[in-house]
Order: sequence, then structure tokens, then C-alpha cells
Amino acid sequence: MDLLETLYSTPAGKAIARKAGLSDPPVLRRGRVMPAGPVVLAELGRAGVVRETLGLLGVEPAEPLLDVPDARTKDEKGREQPPRYPEKPGAVIIDATGARRITELEGLRQVLRPIMRGLESSGRVIIVATDASAVDGLEAKAVAQGIDGINRTVGKELRGGATSNLVYLRDAAAAADLASTMSFLLEGRSAYVSGQAWRVGPAERAHDVLANPFEGRIVVVTGAARGIGAAIARTFARDGATVVAVDIPPAGDALAGVANEIAGSALQLDITSADAGERLVQHVARVHGLDARIWAVVHNAGITRDKMLANLDEKRWASVLDVNLAAEMRINDFLLSSDVPGGLAEEARIVGIASTSGVAGNKGQTNYAASKAGIMGLVWAMRDELAGRPITTNAVAPGFIETEMTAAIPFVQREIFRRTNSLGQGGKPTDVAETLAFLCDPASGGVDGQVIRVCGQNLVGA
Amino acid sequence: MTSRTAVVVGGNRTPFVKAGGRFADASAQDLLTSALDGLIARFGLAGQEVGEVVAGAVLKHTRDFNLTREAVLGSALSDHTPACDLQQACGTGLEAVVYTSNKIRLGQMDVGIAGGVDSASDAPLVVTERLRRAMLALSRAKSLPDKLTALSSIRPADLAPVPPAVVEPRTGLSMGESQALTTAKWGVTREEQDELALASHQNLAAAWDEGFFDDLVTPYLKVSRDGILRPETSMEALGKLRTVFGKGDDATMTAGNSTALTDGAALVLVAEEEYAKGRGWPVWAKVVDAQVAAVDYTTGNEGLLMAPARAIPTLLERNGLTLADFDFYEFHEAFASTVLATLKALEERGIGTVDRSKLNVRGSSLAAGHPFAATGGRIVATLAKMLHEHGPGSRGLVSICAAGGQGVVAILEA
Repeated sequence: MDLLETLYSTPAGKAIARKAGLSDPPVLRRGRVMPAGPVVLAELGRAGVVRETLGLLGVEPAEPLLDVPDARTKDEKGREQPPRYPEKPGAVIIDATGARRITELEGLRQVLRPIMRGLESSGRVIIVATDASAVDGLEAKAVAQGIDGINRTVGKELRGGATSNLVYLRDAAAAADLASTMSFLLEGRSAYVSGQAWRVGPAERAHDVLANPFEGRIVVVTGAARGIGAAIARTFARDGATVVAVDIPPAGDALAGVANEIAGSALQLDITSADAGERLVQHVARVHGLDARIWAVVHNAGITRDKMLANLDEKRWASVLDVNLAAEMRINDFLLSSDVPGGLAEEARIVGIASTSGVAGNKGQTNYAASKAGIMGLVWAMRDELAGRPITTNAVAPGFIETEMTAAIPFVQREIFRRTNSLGQGGKPTDVAETLAFLCDPASGGVDGQVIRVCGQNLVGA
Repeated sequence: MTSRTAVVVGGNRTPFVKAGGRFADASAQDLLTSALDGLIARFGLAGQEVGEVVAGAVLKHTRDFNLTREAVLGSALSDHTPACDLQQACGTGLEAVVYTSNKIRLGQMDVGIAGGVDSASDAPLVVTERLRRAMLALSRAKSLPDKLTALSSIRPADLAPVPPAVVEPRTGLSMGESQALTTAKWGVTREEQDELALASHQNLAAAWDEGFFDDLVTPYLKVSRDGILRPETSMEALGKLRTVFGKGDDATMTAGNSTALTDGAALVLVAEEEYAKGRGWPVWAKVVDAQVAAVDYTTGNEGLLMAPARAIPTLLERNGLTLADFDFYEFHEAFASTVLATLKALEERGIGTVDRSKLNVRGSSLAAGHPFAATGGRIVATLAKMLHEHGPGSRGLVSICAAGGQGVVAILEA
């Protein structure tokens, strides 16, 4: 800790910081925890899929209050106020799947205005709309995108750790396909995901939403010895997975600690070695039995070798691209083409880690941004490549996450990074982990080819 | 009873480092627990029960009377896993493998963990014999005069601790001094010894570079490679070292061709063959047979560390094998001259010649270091993996000399 940070953490320092507008950020609801208040469902026009989804999740929705002239009241100064819920809602879900006309967007305003200052802490706004690819006509397609403008702005205006996210349903997506996303968004697992939109289509295979979705399933996590990787391993283990924790041999002791803590196994492996995929499946077969198959691979291992491009040599360039992108592709290629003991299951999940740097670029990180944007390109392309196989490929793009790595950023800079997002704070490794676990959930088969930012709606690249 | 076979399926050790170095603050129990946790993680055994964990240490505190069981309790294994301390000087690790394998063969367990640990950094300090006796008398004394008598027998000089030394009680000679006699007797030259040391360093370095130890070693305290290893050493560099054992111009033993005091722990996972296959564990090598022998070193007729030369013929005969029937030889390099004198003795006695190109091909104790009781585990895991890679039917011979004029040898077969 430097001097400034030390002063900042004293009570006096905190008081001054508050005066300067740097208030303590809200403590976010995390984990498999539902909102405390009612879950309100508003249905605009033709609807039904969200109500059915909530039914699958065992959630009984409450009726919305609408901001229409008749419902308004006047405050003591005579100003018109939107109707107020008797009990602060924990979440407001808007089924806008029927919205096709610009005038219908007014329906979203009516539902949202009463809760913009009336949601509980870490409340949720969840909008479900029909994807532009599944509607006809220019107006309907414009309206589909228009809804995302509402979503992103609501995310910025909400307070108290509340988030707003948008789910686009592709053609033929049903309630069972939406259920895992809805469960994730309602629960604390999505604490640091806000202002995002992703698409849900029909899954190749249906699975129920369960609290321990990975029971009896093997999940490989690379870079698992510390930081975000260790959090990923722990989160999957919490949800029932047998985790194969992978990291480079020099990180072996920390890796063993993580593996033993969660009763998984450890594999000391340099993922850039040519036979990495082969050694991975051999380990799985040896340690977890010849019948064992990999359910999910979490490609978390990554490195940075930051330099301004003016100072960047070919070595720093190549190592980052090899570890962060090429190694992942080689392992995927091996797993997807080898039906061997310990190999990838017929139905499986592959997830990678992109980055805000890949989305928006970042000074001093040409190599890193190339690798991380590359992951996004890979994810989008693999959806088509694997069409027809019950294997999904997705990625998360973390923003500012509190880790040992980001703790090394100078204090003032770090504090700026932390606060320049809608939630006014950095994320935790577990936030990244939860999102990856959601993407790997057996019930998330309809979520494919998506990149979800876990950034608290960071201003960068939004 | 159906026939049961004990097989080595894997191993794990800490890196080995010079005593007083990076592991100086770690106790033998810390080291053993770390090696155990690495093995547990590699095989996904956290929370599970293993038949028995068998290990030992040569330098041992009285508080460590249950060293291995304490390591188990500190590890991720189920607390229902029993443990046993066993010790046969530097033969401890291999003897632990033999003990475990025998229990597995007899059907007393399906899976066990065997090995050892030593921390020369954590060696017990001993008080003088006079002080010890006086303190014991004091504790027995009931009356004040008796207590005063006991205390009055202590002299200031008695209060200094006795520095630890590995000395043979019956000859008063250190291990190196004892070996110097053998070296001279068998006419082992300085050059031969330095060549063996050089090969050890080169072989171990190559194994590390190849990633051979990726599934045999787990880093500890930020050390991820063996600390004594000198990949860049040369005959020239080794030739410059001054002699440390032996006398006068005939002395040939240096710090370069003798093992250093070392800290480290090593373990192997041994299982019944069918049980191992059922779990999908790789069957690296069968533990075929083993033999212990001892020499009459107190009379000076035989060298202190020459017992393997006695054990090997017995073992070969019982198994209907000759010295030529092996693909790899692992002769523990207590000193370069120990290995060389043993080879000469085997030749002279008509047992056969060891093909030097098959000897310690992944390096041995001169380069890796020699934490006494850990050496057996290091060698068995290394050899078993080599045999597995070499293919079915390949065979290896392990030879480990030990203090007290003893030796343990064993046959492993893929």
C-alpha cells in the first residue's frame, strides 16, 4: 500500500473521500441468492415465454405498477410522482418479446420509471426481447436494437448495486432455453454483470436448471493456481464439479493446494506444449477413470507482457499470442477431434476469457488486445463451426477485477479503474467465475457464441 | 490366494535443495506434508483413505516419533489413513516401498504411499551426555539435597550443544572418511569420479529441460527445480575443486563428486495392479523383488557403503537374472566413488558389467542432492516412469547403500 492508499483507508481519509464524492460503493448481493423483494413481471403485448420461464424456476411473479397519468400521485410540493410499490421489488422483468413498433417502447418506460429509484439494493432489471434476426421489417429490427439503448442507460442510472441486462431470444428459443439465463440474472451470481445483452437460442439438448449442475461432471480449468483461475475452480466445485486444475509446473504447489481444497486433481502442464491436449486427456483418464469425459474446459490461463507498441519486440508479441490464443485453439482442436478416454464428452462446453482490452483496446497492450479480441472472434466463429454438435463456445470479458495482478496498479490509477463503471467498484474473481459457470451450465445449451462482459458496465468499450 | 502384484503408479517429491538454503525454515514434517499434498492433488485423492502411508527420516527429532502420521493429518488425505514410520538409514525410502509392496502383495491393502524425507537444516541438536544424565537425575530426585547434587554435577562446558554429525558409531568415521578408505582400496580415480558427477548433472538437467519431472515434482516454497543441480558444470570446473575426504596426494573426493547435505521429501504411489487398472491409474512398473544385505565394515575388510555388491548377486540369483538383463540401472550416488567401487566389485566378483550408458540416465544424487530417506522415493518414481516410457517388459535395478554398512536393492519391471 502506498501513502495515499494508507491515508485513504483511515476513517478521516474515508470521510474526506466521501465529501469529494467518492462514497463507499454498495456491497453487492453475490452467490446463489435470489432477490429478497418481489419479482415483478411486466408483459408487453404478445408474451408468455418469460412467465413460463419463471414457472420453471418456481418464481411466482408480482404485478407491475405502470407510470400512466392516472396512477401518479402528487408530492408535498405538488410535483407528479410515479406510482410507488408498497414493498421494494427485488427484480423487474420485462417481457418485450412482442415489441415491434417504436410506439411500443413507451411500455418499457412505463414499467421502468417507478422502479428507477425504488428497487432494493442489488436489484435487477431484466429485459427479454426478440432478436433482430427473428423479426421482420425495418421498424421491428430498429426497435430490437432500441431496447438495448434502454438497457444500457438504465444500467447507468440505477443505484445501489442494481443491474440491468437484456436477453435477446433467437427464433425457436423456448422457456427451457431461457431458464438458466433468467436464474443467473436474478441470483447474486450476476452481481457484476450489467448493461449487457446476449442472445439465447434453442439448445441442442435440454437440461433442467439445478443448484448443483456439475454433479458428476469433470471441468478443466487452466491457470487455476491463483487469482481468477482459483476462484473459477472453487465456484465450479461448489456447483458439484470434479475440477481438473491445470497450471504451469512452477505454480504446482499453489495448484495442489487449490485442487486438494476442492477435492479435484492437479495437472502441472504448460498449455503451450505441443502435446498439451493429449496430456490433458491422459490425466483425466488416469485420475478420474477410463470412462471419465470432460464436460467443460475453462481456458483461463493467460499472460500479459505489456509494452507500448513503440517498444514491443517479437518475443513479447509472440508469447502473449501463443499462451492466450494459439494454445487454447490447439487444445480445442485436439479435444474436438479426438474421441478418446478422458477426452471431451459428446455434449460439452468450451469457454474462454476475453477482456475489456480486447473490446476497446488498451495502451501498452497491443499483443494482449490482439489475443483477447481473437478469443472473441474464435467464439463467434466456433458457433458456426460446431453447428449441430451439442457443444457451446462462449467467453467472458472481465473489466476491472480485484486480483493480485490489478493490486499492483498504482493506487490513483487503480481507484479510477475501479470507479469508472456503473457499480462504482471493482469486480471480484468470483464474479468472473460465476459467469463462466453459468455459460457452462448444462441448462445453458441455448447460449452459444456469446461474449459476456463482467465489468460492472465499465465505461471503457461499452 | 490369487496372485497379487504391487505396481508403482506415480510419485511426487519436493525439489531438493542444499541444507541451510531455501527450505532451512521448513521442518521434516512440513516437507513430507508438502510432498504428500502434491501427490494427493496429482491423483485427486483429497478426502480419500489410503491403505497406509509409510515413510521415515534419518535425522529425526524425538517430537517426530509419529512423523508420517502427523504429515497425513496435516495433509488433504482422509484422517482415517494410517501411517507408519520406518527407518533404515539411506535405505529408508526404498525399504518403505518394499514394505508397502509386500503388504499389497499379501492382500493387506490395495494402495499405499511410500517414501521418506530428510531435512539436514532441521537436524536435532543434542545436549552433552553429562548434561543429559544430570537433567534425568534431577527429574528423578525427590529431596532438595538430591536435586542440588544432580545440578552440581553440571559443568559450564556441558551446556554447549553437541553439533550434529553423521558419524558411524563403531568406527568414529564420517561417511566421507569411510568412503575415502573404499575409494583408495578400489583405486577409483579422481577423473572417473568427476566424469560420473558430470554425467549426473547433465542427465538431470536434460530431464528437467524435457519436462520429465512435470509429473514427478511439485514446487515448494517458491523453489521449482533442484537447487544443487549445476547444468553448466564441466570436467574443468569439477577438476578445480579441492579434496575434502581422504588424506594427502591420494585424496580424490571433492564436494563435486560427493553428495551435499540436502533437504527434501519424496513419495511414490504403489497399488495392486488390478486395482490400479480399475482406477485407470498408469501401471508404471511392478515392484518385482528386493534384497537387503550388510557388510562387515567394522573390521575394515569391506567398505562401509559396499553392501549392495553383496545384495545384488543374491537378488539376481533368486530371480534367475544376470546383470545384463536390465534396461536401466539406478545406483544411488552417495559418492561417485561408491557407485564406481560397487561396479568394480561386481565385475571383480564375476557378477557382470553394468552398461554405463544405462546408468542413472535421468541423473542421480550427485546432481539432485541426497536428503537421506527421500532418495529411495526419488529413484523409484524416476525409474518406474522411465521403464513405463521404455515399454512393457523393460527392467530396472535399484541399488542404494546405507549407513551401518547396509544396502537395499530392488528390481522394477514395466
